[in-house]
Amino acid sequence: MTFPWFGSRKTFAHGIHPPECKDLTRDKGIRRLPFAPHLILPLSQHTGAPAKPIVREGQEVVRGEPIAEPGGFVSVPIHAPVTGIIEKIGLARDARGGMSPAIFIEQYQAANQEILYGAETDIDSLSPAELVKAVQATGVVGLGGAAFPTHVKLALPEGKSVDTVIVNGCECEPFLTTDHRVMIEQVDSIYKGIRVVMRALGAKRAIIGIETNKLDAVEKLRAAIPAGIACAVEAIEAKYPQGAEKMLTKALVDREVPSGGLPIDVGVAVFNVGTLAQIGELLPFRQGLIERVVTVSGTGVRSPGNYLMAIGTPLRFILEQVGFRERECELIFGGPMMGTTIASLDVPVTKGVTGILAIAKDHPLAHRNGRVYPCIKCGACVEACPMHLNPSELGLLARKMEYESMAEQHHLMDCFECGCCSFVCPSNIPLVQYFRVAKAITRERKVSK
Amino acid sequence: MSVGTHAIDIRTSPHIKGQLTTDTIMLHVVYALLPVTAFAVFVFGLSALLMILVTTGTCVLTEHLLCKLSRKQTTVGDYSAVITGLLLALCLPPAFPLWMAVVGGVVSIGLGKALFGGLGMNPFNPALVGRAFLQAAFPVAITTWAPAFWPKVWSIERFTSIMLPTVSLPFMRPESVAAFIQGVSLDGLSGATPLAKMKFEHQATPLIDLFVGMTAGSAGEASAFLIILGGIYLCARKMMNWRVPVSILVTASLVSGAFYLSDPQAYPTPMFMLFSGGLMLGAVFMASDMVGSPMTPLGIWIYGALIGAVTVLIRLKGGLPEGTMYAILLGNACTPLIDNLTQPRIFGARKKAVKQ
Ligand code: SF4
Ligand code: SF4
Repeated sequence: MTFPWFGSRKTFAHGIHPPECKDLTRDKGIRRLPFAPHLILPLSQHTGAPAKPIVREGQEVVRGEPIAEPGGFVSVPIHAPVTGIIEKIGLARDARGGMSPAIFIEQYQAANQEILYGAETDIDSLSPAELVKAVQATGVVGLGGAAFPTHVKLALPEGKSVDTVIVNGCECEPFLTTDHRVMIEQVDSIYKGIRVVMRALGAKRAIIGIETNKLDAVEKLRAAIPAGIACAVEAIEAKYPQGAEKMLTKALVDREVPSGGLPIDVGVAVFNVGTLAQIGELLPFRQGLIERVVTVSGTGVRSPGNYLMAIGTPLRFILEQVGFRERECELIFGGPMMGTTIASLDVPVTKGVTGILAIAKDHPLAHRNGRVYPCIKCGACVEACPMHLNPSELGLLARKMEYESMAEQHHLMDCFECGCCSFVCPSNIPLVQYFRVAKAITRERKVSK
Repeated sequence: MSVGTHAIDIRTSPHIKGQLTTDTIMLHVVYALLPVTAFAVFVFGLSALLMILVTTGTCVLTEHLLCKLSRKQTTVGDYSAVITGLLLALCLPPAFPLWMAVVGGVVSIGLGKALFGGLGMNPFNPALVGRAFLQAAFPVAITTWAPAFWPKVWSIERFTSIMLPTVSLPFMRPESVAAFIQGVSLDGLSGATPLAKMKFEHQATPLIDLFVGMTAGSAGEASAFLIILGGIYLCARKMMNWRVPVSILVTASLVSGAFYLSDPQAYPTPMFMLFSGGLMLGAVFMASDMVGSPMTPLGIWIYGALIGAVTVLIRLKGGLPEGTMYAILLGNACTPLIDNLTQPRIFGARKKAVKQ
């Protein structure tokens, strides 16, 4: 346990302190998971237009070679994570239970899974526009969970500028230790990635924000700041949702992203530290993103750890490898606060999956579907909401289905569904769950108007 | 090894949940009230015990029956009716006729809570609604105080006999408490509350007596010490907002301090103000009821300041010796307004957009 820091820790107002549960995997070095015999690569594992396949069924592919091209500017290519043969291109289950198009690859068991790559290019020899292209070609998206194509953030819109690059090493979700391990083990790649984005954006400085529960990572990165780039490493309070873009921007540079706006509106661009590590590692060699680090944890897993796994590895295979306790478990992609429950074991790991959690129903933190009491106006949700909304009031309105009033008078659309309000509510009111529905309906109404 | 079939739970995030639940909070408020309650029984004897049992029983029963009547699942399990019952007993005189206590319990839950839609919807603290009703209906009985520790501190007579008024029959004139008090106040024990003595006789009660609870008064006003202890327990467990009692007590001492400084002869010291009467009980256990208090920290400061100041003003300038009850009810009434005025500024909102 780290000693609480009094006084000067940078942070934002409100938020919650859920139990961290990171000890299960905190000290487990990144280990490679074996290749699964069959991989599934959904064409739309990023935000934006789906990728377009450029391979045929039955075609042989070599590990690292592109198999789908971007379907537009807000889109990225997909690369073959293993050497093998394209089984088919068809529908596959996704985590939410629906079906979406995907490329299926059968691995060649005998192949040695080498990646072919060329000589290292010098990042500084590329212009910002070339860098944007090069980043898109790597297929890298926000690896902190958002899966938003990174190169889009690097292409500055007219009239905007970025003076500060913020590197997000908070990892404020309980259980997850992916970024923590990356910050300890891939220091050089991180700094290479930082150089790429700073150059592409013309930013003057970079700040790496890391929560105080990862002081070893703070020290490691601080000691390794390369000469010639203006970079600072800041320890900030361990608090959820410290890793949300707006909260982090507030904590590190004390700028408030306007309601409905993006960090770029205040001259800031925020990148997840794992994303930058991948850019730093892949871009100089013109490689593509084919694997990522995933924390596999929770009480339902026999050997929790941080595993490097091929994108497209099916969940069933992973659980077989790490040992799954046959108990009633909830399976989650991502963190417990904002992740999605998984409906089927046949879904693959995609680029945006930060963690796989198996939380047994008897875990002390597990959601118990307890009796819902009336709101007792305790104010816990008000004190927790990082957007300073009034979830209690919003919850009352949601029950009455007054969605319009919620959106217009009570700032519903500013809610980014962090879940703090539901976490703290002693009356077990499903606040954020209500808001999700309300937001969806509000969006629908806007469109149909 | 393979992964076989098993139940998978599907739900939207968040998938974990804080441990504090409403029924736990309420239960712990009951725990925090227990020492105060026990001490009240020790000080005032069997009569106090009977009254506590009667009000609590009435409140719980009323809640249960009203739920049944409106065909809802009973809400007795959230313990809030128990709190109301205990608080009602603690703010009544110890020798209060039991049948009146039953009326008070029914009114507290029926009028003070169920009428508004039950837990969470009641604008006023239900116990205080009951108490205000009783004050209006039975003005004499509710200001008839029994002395503490009658007939002597260490005497078991308190626990074997009942004060006469306790068992008086409905709609009969209660037994004269005055005569009863005459009979037992040999050792200088008096049935007049410290506040009444102060107000009408300008006679101060030693502070230490007030603090440990050696004075006449309503059942739960007795020991400021135990009340504070209960409050600290709840605040430490984050089941109560510490700002409520602190803001009330700070304002009360500031306002009464100003009076005291202006004329030390005519006005009591701030310490006397804090530790006498129902202020401590009200500040710690009644005003802090989450339902009736504002939600934002700033709102709570305003609310507390209002209650503290009004209590002192009623005590010093009004016709009544005690004003806590009305001050809290007034605070409750202002809560929606305060909440409205102290909405937090939305993160990232432009200054202008806040006011709509
Ligand atoms: S989910 Fe929305 S309303 Fe709830 S705390 Fe987060 S931002 Fe606030
Ligand atoms: S946390 Fe729940 S009970 Fe408390 S004010 Fe918010 S909605 Fe009401």
